[in-house]
Amino acid sequence: MAASSSGYSRMFCKLRKYANKSQSLYHIDTFNFVIRTIWISGSKTQLQPKVHAKSLPQMVGVVGLEIHAQIQSTSKLFSGSHVRFLAPPNSLVSHFDASLPGTLPVLNRRCVEAAVLTGLALNCTINKKSLFDRKHYFYADMPAGYQITQQRVPIAVDGILVYSHFEGRKRNQVVTKSVKIKQIQLEQDSGKSLHDDERSQTLIDLNRAGVGLMELVMEPEMCCGEEAAAAVRELQLILQALGTCQANMAEGQLRVDANVSVHRPGEPLGVRTEVKNINSVRHLAKAIDYEIQRQMEVLQSGGTVLNETRAFDSKSGNTIPMRDKEGLQDYRFMPEPNLPPLFVYESEASVPGGVDPAQAVVIDRLSTQLPELPSVKRTRLVETHGILQEHSFTLVSEDGLMDYFESVVQMTKAEPRKVIGWVIKELMGNLNSQSLKVSQSPISPCALAELINLVESGQISSSTAKQVFQEMWKAPEKKVGQIVKEQDLWMINDKEELQKICQRVVDSHPEEVQIIRRGNKKVLNKLMGEVQRETKGRTDPVKVRAILEKMVS
Amino acid sequence: MSASSAAYRPAAAMLGLSIREVSQALRDGRVSATELCRKCINQIQRTRYLNAFITITEETAMEQAQKADSRLRTGKPLGPLDGIPFSVKDNFCTENIESTCASSMLKDFAYATLSFLRSGSTDGVFGPVRNPWSYTTQYREQSTEDPDSDWLISGGSSGGSGAAVASLSSFLALGSDTGGSTRNPGSLCGVVALKPTYGLLSRHGLIPLVNSMDVPGIMTRSVHDVATVLRILQGRDERDSTTVQAPSTPTSLPEHFDIRDICVGIPKEYHAPGLSEDTLAQWSRVATMFEQAGARVQEVSLPHTQHSIVCYHVLCCCEVASNMARFDGLEYGHRSTVDSSTDAMYATTRHEGFNNVVRGRILSGNYFLLKSNYERYFMKAQQMRRLITEDFTNVFRSGIDVLLTPTTLSDAVRYSDFIREDNRTRSAQEDIFTQPVNMAGLPAVTVPTALSRRGLPIGLQLIGQRLQDWKLLTVAHWMEQQVSFPMISFHSDADERELERSVRERTHTIGS
Repeated sequence: MAASSSGYSRMFCKLRKYANKSQSLYHIDTFNFVIRTIWISGSKTQLQPKVHAKSLPQMVGVVGLEIHAQIQSTSKLFSGSHVRFLAPPNSLVSHFDASLPGTLPVLNRRCVEAAVLTGLALNCTINKKSLFDRKHYFYADMPAGYQITQQRVPIAVDGILVYSHFEGRKRNQVVTKSVKIKQIQLEQDSGKSLHDDERSQTLIDLNRAGVGLMELVMEPEMCCGEEAAAAVRELQLILQALGTCQANMAEGQLRVDANVSVHRPGEPLGVRTEVKNINSVRHLAKAIDYEIQRQMEVLQSGGTVLNETRAFDSKSGNTIPMRDKEGLQDYRFMPEPNLPPLFVYESEASVPGGVDPAQAVVIDRLSTQLPELPSVKRTRLVETHGILQEHSFTLVSEDGLMDYFESVVQMTKAEPRKVIGWVIKELMGNLNSQSLKVSQSPISPCALAELINLVESGQISSSTAKQVFQEMWKAPEKKVGQIVKEQDLWMINDKEELQKICQRVVDSHPEEVQIIRRGNKKVLNKLMGEVQRETKGRTDPVKVRAILEKMVS
Repeated sequence: MSASSAAYRPAAAMLGLSIREVSQALRDGRVSATELCRKCINQIQRTRYLNAFITITEETAMEQAQKADSRLRTGKPLGPLDGIPFSVKDNFCTENIESTCASSMLKDFAYATLSFLRSGSTDGVFGPVRNPWSYTTQYREQSTEDPDSDWLISGGSSGGSGAAVASLSSFLALGSDTGGSTRNPGSLCGVVALKPTYGLLSRHGLIPLVNSMDVPGIMTRSVHDVATVLRILQGRDERDSTTVQAPSTPTSLPEHFDIRDICVGIPKEYHAPGLSEDTLAQWSRVATMFEQAGARVQEVSLPHTQHSIVCYHVLCCCEVASNMARFDGLEYGHRSTVDSSTDAMYATTRHEGFNNVVRGRILSGNYFLLKSNYERYFMKAQQMRRLITEDFTNVFRSGIDVLLTPTTLSDAVRYSDFIREDNRTRSAQEDIFTQPVNMAGLPAVTVPTALSRRGLPIGLQLIGQRLQDWKLLTVAHWMEQQVSFPMISFHSDADERELERSVRERTHTIGS
């Protein structure tokens, strides 16, 4: 069910692209992005059965995201309590976090800086003055009865996130898109409720209560799970590069809620549902595609979509209605009276007298701290190393892989194009099959460079090298040379020895020799294969071919 | 207490001294901190019928007094307040001492927040006494003596603090002032009560009523003493983001000060219905006094004054609804035994913990904050608040230095009269002169001026410009010297009950 829906919506997704062609192009042009393949798949949608499309245009999904990113900071947003994942319950709770009366919020500058950095990286306008509000609702893990957030004037607005995903039969066509970021607001995280069904009690852990969050609101400009997943993936990479959020969805550092609706292009947006409880990027795509499909089916069967909150069930791949605790909740927003407006300054010079510039949040200062962002990294990798664009994505997406690759390139004379194969195929293949991170690789960049250098200098053949690579993986303590020697894998460069081996092969294959002599040169490859087999790949094919050609002519 | 300045017993004499005097006596070794503390505790016991205190931290106080003594002996007191007993209104959180807000919601609530008293800025003063403020139900029990006799209300809501200072049980008391809660009892009890500029004193540890108006208030028996305490407590506290840097302040108020440089404004809108003849007479007398001494006195207008109370009620209800949301019984305080569901537990906990007045405010506040009502109520009230603030700004910009107004409509009312009105009407009447000042965040001080025909204190209020608390106190000091308010002193115990000026404290509301 889920799989088929995903297939459907991918098609819808393409359809919508078709409909919005001019608009998409406009965006892309504005930001000077590569658009070479954006259109290629559009025509394929013509293959779709046109049953529904007789009178009305096909329905499409509309997806907006609300993302809560936990700010990477040693202390909470408004208190000095530490922030740590998996600490003993209620061990990181200050009086303020427990909402004891008489306590007051004190804003953590690090959290503000994280939000500004994130805003800058997402091309937002940073509000020089932003405000805090109270959002009221009763919930056991929110001790004050309200959350301090930024409803009226958030710290950053009007940004844009550029992301890419792959299309085409080989999934190697890079499609670049963008989605508008409506706003980034600072707010408090809640605690956690742990329901003990057996004893029918709820236990509350306030360790997370008051941790700083950035809520990012993305406009409903995506059309399917795949797009949303690609956008979130790119956001994760940006946040990780900035160091403002660890962005691990499974650990809850990044929580993504999807607002999903369907409509026919040109018509007003449909009633939307909010899908929660999504804990990985893969589930995000699944949940959205399921929900789009579900809504289409509801509408096509004459029903109406309810404005409700639904939870994704990862086992069934379905979304199910949540007990609607927030039904028609009125949050009774009001300005937070204990926090003066939050001021951010353009430059050191604009910090007014009376404010310690060292304590102020200064945009210019933060801009200089911006690291190389993933998109820039990828462009640089393609330009400096001449590798394929799709490879640049893999290098940047895997934590530490780009550094690994670049160290290997530095230590070898081999072309980066050759190195990339080793890194993406051999290294990643092995890492993935054992679920290891790049940093856990038993083979260091240095060792891999040594291996590649042996191939480059003709001391071992490239097929042997792959064998050596696997040996190195199993015995990382051994030197490359030692393995090659132990296994007797050095290339046979001695002319006489090569002659002898070739002669033996020619002698034992009289029929093939006859065929070749009659003019079918292709059969020479068979003889070459025999030589390779006999020498366990320790020969240079060019040399072998030359010798064999001479012998059979 | 009496208006007599006749010779009094040595104990009372010592307790009747000003902070400046008693501080000197401590340094000179004429009295020890332990003796002083013992005297204060005895005085509290002697005046128990006033019902001014909720908790008396006798042991801690005596221990701290001993420490103060050893510092004083070695000539190294922590500051001018070292060794001087004080009282704190029970809505301040104090280290390891129960804070009840005189409310059943917070009964048995104690935690180790360092109140700003321990912030180091107060130089090791110590606290033998607490006093009350009714947050929810009328938790404090009435005096059992003469249950039929009528008695006087000391004003609120820092009435306990006022009574503690007036009864010579302590040299200074901290109150809180959201709409007049420090100045009102200050005026009725015949003590000096300062509501500082908003943000000048930290609210860290003060259990909030209306965050945007609350300020800790200072009550003493002289303007000079208020200034001493203000100088120690004022200034930026990083734990309260709304605090501001204090302007530089000289060590004491100027002794010689030319009142002719001062322009006193008399706001015409403060001629309110219900203003007693006595109070009006004092207001005129003091205005004339300023004029005759060469100050410029002129009538001014604060046209939006009439809207202040209703506007205050909207803002107050909204903040109360919000601030009280935390009392859900989960983390601390009262929790209902009903546990059929979390919602049921919330509902019964809150129903049991809050009295009618608070429930009414919570319901109204939540109503005002509803999305569909926000603009009509909260927003309008905020706009009106700005207009009220601008009224003051315009007056001060026109060259006025201080405003002279009554503090309360009349002297202290009797309990029998007091209970005739409902809470909202009462606070509307009581706060009329004090409340606009909180809207604007300005400093104001009430100075005891004279005794009414009934022999009860009448105070007048001076309002100053933002962060000009020192200048305000300078003018108040001058006024204090001119009005010759009778010194508070004590007759023998036997006389006490007959004294007309004995003010009895009664907590009444969460309030002003």
